Amino acid sequence: MSTQKRTCPLLSVQPVRGLVDEKFQFVVTNLPPNQKVTLHSLHQSDDKDFWEAFGHYVSDEHGSVTGFKHESLGGTYEGTEPMGLLWSMRPIPGSRHGLRLRKRDIFRPMEVCISVYSGHLFQGFSQQTPLTTSVTERWYVAPGVKRVNIRKKEIRGTLFLSILTLIHIPRPGPYPGVLDLWGAGGGLVEYRSALLASHGFASMALEYLAPEDLRLEDTDASYFEKAYQILKNHPMVKKDHLAVLGLCLGGAITLSMVSYSKVIKPQCCVCISGSHLMPVDKSLSELFEEMKNHADKLYVNENNQVIHRNLILSLTCQSAKVDVGRIKCPLLLVNGDDDQTIPAVESAEDMAMMMEKAGNRHLLEILTYPDAGHLIEPPYSPHFRATNYKLEWTKERIVMLWGGQTKPHAYAQEDAWKKILAFLWQHLSAPVTSF
Amino acid sequence: MKRTCPLLSVQPVRGLVDEKFQFVVTNLPPNQKVTLHSLHQSDDKDFWEAFGHYVSDEHGSVTGFKHESLGGTYEGTEPMGLLWSMRPIPGSRHGLRLRKRDIFRPMEVCISVYSGHLFQGFSQQTPLTTSVTERWYVAPGVKRVNIRKKEIRGTLFLPPGPGPYPGVLDLWGAGGGLVEYRSALLASHGFASMALEYLAPEDLRLEDTDASYFEKAYQILKNHPMVKKDHLAVLGLCLGGAITLSMVSYSKVIKCCVCISGSHLMPVDKSLSELFEEMKNFESLSNHMFSANANHLLKCTQVGRIKCPLLLVNGDDDQTIPAVESAEDMAMMMEKAGNRHLLEILTYPDAGHLIEPPYSPHFRATNYKLEWTKERIVMLWGGQTKPHAYAQEDAWKKILAFLWQHLSAPVTSF
Repeated sequence: MSTQKRTCPLLSVQPVRGLVDEKFQFVVTNLPPNQKVTLHSLHQSDDKDFWEAFGHYVSDEHGSVTGFKHESLGGTYEGTEPMGLLWSMRPIPGSRHGLRLRKRDIFRPMEVCISVYSGHLFQGFSQQTPLTTSVTERWYVAPGVKRVNIRKKEIRGTLFLSILTLIHIPRPGPYPGVLDLWGAGGGLVEYRSALLASHGFASMALEYLAPEDLRLEDTDASYFEKAYQILKNHPMVKKDHLAVLGLCLGGAITLSMVSYSKVIKPQCCVCISGSHLMPVDKSLSELFEEMKNHADKLYVNENNQVIHRNLILSLTCQSAKVDVGRIKCPLLLVNGDDDQTIPAVESAEDMAMMMEKAGNRHLLEILTYPDAGHLIEPPYSPHFRATNYKLEWTKERIVMLWGGQTKPHAYAQEDAWKKILAFLWQHLSAPVTSF
Repeated sequence: MKRTCPLLSVQPVRGLVDEKFQFVVTNLPPNQKVTLHSLHQSDDKDFWEAFGHYVSDEHGSVTGFKHESLGGTYEGTEPMGLLWSMRPIPGSRHGLRLRKRDIFRPMEVCISVYSGHLFQGFSQQTPLTTSVTERWYVAPGVKRVNIRKKEIRGTLFLPPGPGPYPGVLDLWGAGGGLVEYRSALLASHGFASMALEYLAPEDLRLEDTDASYFEKAYQILKNHPMVKKDHLAVLGLCLGGAITLSMVSYSKVIKCCVCISGSHLMPVDKSLSELFEEMKNFESLSNHMFSANANHLLKCTQVGRIKCPLLLVNGDDDQTIPAVESAEDMAMMMEKAGNRHLLEILTYPDAGHLIEPPYSPHFRATNYKLEWTKERIVMLWGGQTKPHAYAQEDAWKKILAFLWQHLSAPVTSF
């Protein structure tokens, strides 16, 4: 039998199905040596927009390109960065402006089509036939994670945890719990909770900005306390192993609750891109009124992007700050120093001083990432410097400048997530699946 | 704070059925007896399990690829034993066989760590830790195309990407039905694979099912826009293997073929109903083989006419088909005819008849309905579990390499 030499390039992506926070590796083989190729990724979002990224490589003397060994020489990312095919994604030419990529259908994976093209291309990918293609899936849920809809009186949320439905296995758990709060964009944002559940936590994503009939005027600390109680009392949740985690306004809520509430007493908390300058002691509508009063501090740059941070800075006044000196549990702050939305770094410094004075500085850990922006999301999510946004207190549609540069922001997301999981695991004695 | 809970990691957590997984248990006390247990509920709702007895090392770890199972349903350094040694749980119905029907949903396997060396009672104890892993027959992007052209019934599975792809016509045995999982897996490795239903699908009668049915199916595959016309193979098991040999002995265009646990003693030159009539007349195919030598040459497929590479895959404990003897006879016929160089034979010691994709459990005997009498029996397939598992793993690698070699297929690395 004759032995034929392979003539077709071969692309292998491993794992072919991974969690969104897992790295993948790609290897291209059977190319001619020293051949210019473009590695291209393509994804169609739940909103039907197309996102892409690409890197320019040259095959080695064996005709291979190996993501973890070879450098991308150009494209949407550079360097030895195989994950650049995800974190440097942006909408394809001709797309609508100001898009943001967020997974809505949590139980279906993100399908990413990875192709190898001949030459170093910058555009026209859809007009060329690739040398080879592979499809990889990125999942927000690990096998066994299930959702539990939370609809108790006015509280709206989703609890994610591992429920084994096979009747022949006694249920393990209970699990340490996390109350998961997003920002003023509103809605019920589930993907981070789903991912936390994939790492061994019972995580509850809470919808708090006027879900259904609930009015902002009625949304105050008691809403969050009730939500926390629901989580705490759930049979699959370990009562004394709880955390609160929030981003932006969710981070501000976290700081307020953990400083003042007699009900919300978690074992630890995480505040991402948040600030103590936005106390949530009265209702949310009052907080938004306050912010409207300072709306003249919103700055619009030459690209028509709104810079929000100065508004928050202008709220500075001693009595209006959250008294973080009262906090009794470990607190992790995660910030980007190019955050254009919230003055997170300055707030963190101020919080450190307050806690020093109050004697609880030892509880505070601050992670500050150079050139990272406001939206510090799970790893490998694309970076968005500015996207369309609806200002909650005026309902005005703007383009919000979040800040950050792509590569440092991607690094921040990857590093912060590892540290957040380690922090939660440490304080909640969680059997976090190895990461 | 030191971790106090044992931790189980299974990687990959979602894999293809022919991928190995690794498991690592950490945070156990050192030198602790534990049982690794796997549990799966089939599409038919039966429960299947396997288990291995381990002792943690001085670091409190059990690592599948390093440590030995000392007992249970499998022994040795065999992490995949948690799949290939599965059997129905106590109290199950008899003679069960595990086969995936819903191809686009994964097989969910629950892997648990129990304290001590247990043989039973897993549902009454709480495990130290549990992890769920998924096993998929389809890679991301694989698509199915229903084939319903006149009387031809099948499913074509296509790899992702622009194509066109080398094609495989995939034939199962006399159990009948439309069995899709092997084709789905072949598509996951870069082949456009068509699973064919040929035993009286819907209105088609056995009397009308002859060589022309398979030729039409082959043409449908060949002419599909996503299939590379000149890069086609036929692959069959058991009766499907016999059909493969018949087809390929007349073909000038098939590039290569694979016959698993098949025999040239079942020529499909007339209709299937006639073939079954013939088989009713023989107590066993072995008798058939050693009957009147003069007639022997006329009663079997003329493998001396084959013009393309042929791979035979056999278990030497095959109790259903005399596959090994047939292979030897075929080798002699091909030697005489001058095409012996096309033949490659893989014979696996102590493997049985049902050589399935890797890590499928081994079935020595299962319930079966004899096609030519409709009688329900328990068919002895043969084989011993560990050697059979080895045969499945090794044969699959070699089958893929063989197909890739002769079809110039860009098979995804394995």
